Amino acid sequence: MCLAIPARVTALCGDNQARIELGGVQKEVSIALLDQVAVGDYVIVHVGFAIGKLDEAEALRTLALINEMGAPDTAMDLSA
Amino acid sequence: MSRREFTQAIDFRHGRVDMTHGGGGRAMAHLIEALFVKHFDNALLREQNDGAAFALPPGTGRMVMATDSHVVSPLFFPGGDIGCLSVHGTVNDVAMAGGQPLYLAAAFIIEEGFPLADLERIVVSMARAAREAGVPIVTGDTKVVEQGKGDGVFITTTGIGVAAPGIELSGDRARPGDAILLSGSLGDHGVAIMSARENLALDSDLVSDTAALHRLTAAMLECAPGLRCLRDPTRGGLASVLNEFADQSECGMHLREEAIPVKPQVAAACEILGLDPLYVANEGKLVAICPPEDAERLLACMRAHPQGRDAAIIGEVTADPNHFVQMSTRFGGVRMVDWLTGEQLPRIC
Amino acid sequence: MKYIDEFRDGDLARGLAATIAREVDPARRYRLMEFCGGHTHAISRYGLNDLLPAAIELIHGPGCPVCVLPIGRIDSAIELANRPGLILCSYGDTLRVPASGRLSLIKARAQGADVRMVYSCAEALTIAQQEPEREVVFFAIGFETTTPPTAVVIKQAAALGLKNFSVFSNHVLTPAAMAHIMESAASVSLDGFIGPAHVSTIIGSRPYEAFAERYRRPVVIAGFEPLDVMQSILLLVRQINRGQARVENEFTRAVTPDGNVKAQACVDEVFELRDRFAWRGLGEVAHSALAIRDAYAAYDAERRFDIPMRVVADARACECGAILRGEKHPAQCKAFGTGCTPEHPIGACMVSSEGACAAHYTYGRFRQPAAAPATESKS
Ligand code: SF4
Repeated sequence: MCLAIPARVTALCGDNQARIELGGVQKEVSIALLDQVAVGDYVIVHVGFAIGKLDEAEALRTLALINEMGAPDTAMDLSA
Repeated sequence: MSRREFTQAIDFRHGRVDMTHGGGGRAMAHLIEALFVKHFDNALLREQNDGAAFALPPGTGRMVMATDSHVVSPLFFPGGDIGCLSVHGTVNDVAMAGGQPLYLAAAFIIEEGFPLADLERIVVSMARAAREAGVPIVTGDTKVVEQGKGDGVFITTTGIGVAAPGIELSGDRARPGDAILLSGSLGDHGVAIMSARENLALDSDLVSDTAALHRLTAAMLECAPGLRCLRDPTRGGLASVLNEFADQSECGMHLREEAIPVKPQVAAACEILGLDPLYVANEGKLVAICPPEDAERLLACMRAHPQGRDAAIIGEVTADPNHFVQMSTRFGGVRMVDWLTGEQLPRIC
Repeated sequence: MKYIDEFRDGDLARGLAATIAREVDPARRYRLMEFCGGHTHAISRYGLNDLLPAAIELIHGPGCPVCVLPIGRIDSAIELANRPGLILCSYGDTLRVPASGRLSLIKARAQGADVRMVYSCAEALTIAQQEPEREVVFFAIGFETTTPPTAVVIKQAAALGLKNFSVFSNHVLTPAAMAHIMESAASVSLDGFIGPAHVSTIIGSRPYEAFAERYRRPVVIAGFEPLDVMQSILLLVRQINRGQARVENEFTRAVTPDGNVKAQACVDEVFELRDRFAWRGLGEVAHSALAIRDAYAAYDAERRFDIPMRVVADARACECGAILRGEKHPAQCKAFGTGCTPEHPIGACMVSSEGACAAHYTYGRFRQPAAAPATESKS
């Protein structure tokens, strides 16, 4: 459900609209549901609206965790 | 050719098609001469008969005939328009049957009120495409329908071509172990068209891949005469062609996702719209199936050709009583690549 | 594509798969429900089952707003679309959903109704502005993610003073449906939930806490990329092994405890809770959907056109209810693949590609569900 994609804000167009970019494709979306959007922010776009912002630090943390949890010798979890 | 008297020049800048342009009278004759004959110009068409009569080239094996109706919205899109599309589409249909196209026929259904400037632009584009392909448009037909009964213009083209003796291409000839080749990146046409539709309003530098493929197929047939199946993945995309082959040949297919070329803009637009590039239309790509021992040679031959520069071996034919097309995903799993259900519509969930 | 490609890395996936395989207790089964169609889609499209040990069973939940749209509501939408002069706008997803009498919006369009597919509800508003002499109705569907845009558009219509625009609201709520599943399936052993991604972007992770506590089941909110799903499965396995039932958030890059407060306020201003709403496949679920508030009654198509709340029974052969509750596998339905296919869906689960039956049909039916469902992953 809820097809939504992370995209970078490339320009603010006024009237609660912004241009976003993903993989070389640009589109104008509404940012009426967000406070303080800046160029360079990554937002989640759903049905032509930005519905949330992406937190870069958290994304990196999640990836680091995935790396760590998938590493061969980190079975420090002995509860199984 | 008899000289008629056309007292007033047709206003191709501001004029519009009206019912007289299809009425069979002087206005129609004028339009044909000032537009179609002028741009498509060739000896057979200049004869202005209802049909074209021609001799076959020596050494002809079998004849190939194909026809295709073109309805596209919008009529003009990045990388092309309905005009060149209608030439490429039919040239490719003849080519996929192993034929080298000789001549085309073109039939226009034009809606009353259609701007003559747009019609001329389309005809010029068709003429250029036909010239570049070396396949003249030798006969045609024009009908005008009342406003509201057409969508601007529909073009049906019919092509005739010849296949060298011994060439046998058919969707039922794939055998387990055969290699599946794709001539280039998927989905360029479909995404370019969809982006051009005003309500989706996607901007990118992507253009339609519309192109004539008969020179590529000629090179391929020369390099690998044992080629078994050829088809261009237009509507329904790669997935549909492979399912057709699998059904016709009573076998399965196994693809490797990472081998399938997709441009980043196409991938991105598909993410945005919820589409799968495997199902998106192409107008300048082909899928080929050949015996495994020919695969590398054929690939090199395709890559040496401008229309096949990004060609890739994307999988192989398998023995499968269910005729399933499967794919190893980039992620390490396996999934089915089923027939398209309905049409590809942008989705939100 | 940043924030997408990194989360589709096959090597990292194999690492996680190995850890999952190591940590599962082979003597038991882990029955995990992914509530969202988005997760169902990721699982099918990337073939995640092949990476998971046999002990893990994924059950597709009802989290696809198209699948759960009751027949009666589509019947009403078709009736609306058939009104002379009316333009019905909707997302592409709803067009093929089967209604009564073998109809659908796409078939209604073929019969002359003016049904327009929009990518955004904002387009429906634009159409209303462009065609002031015609009634324009937006047929709104979707979960918490899709509701805020609809709310924005209704507020805009009010600000513009549009007289010819209204919304037929079918927005539904996720936590209510999750609770309903646990209530009606007390006998069924669901061990944990993969929680919604973008719904949670809006509502935050907090609303699941009461659920986890009440039903003593762990919930891990996960993004829609395949690595997100793999990681959340591992987190669930760990909680289950320890006998925990906490809410964990794997999708911290987009989900905070409180969610998008601005969007929530916007929804709250325009919408109010319905006492009950019929979900296709699940039946009536209390407090599970939203209606337009009195203050915006002028933009409520239900009032403007007097649309009754009609209940049409689901097809009898259909096992969707049992499938959505995790009691049955799609292949156990007699109609699966014969009477019921994506071209001719009988039940909710076959309607959208994210429905349990459609996902199995389209992506997974080469797997024989009778045999062991997944191959042992290498470790
Ligand atoms: S296969 Fe069709 S009829 Fe059977 S449960 Fe699924 S949706 Fe319902």
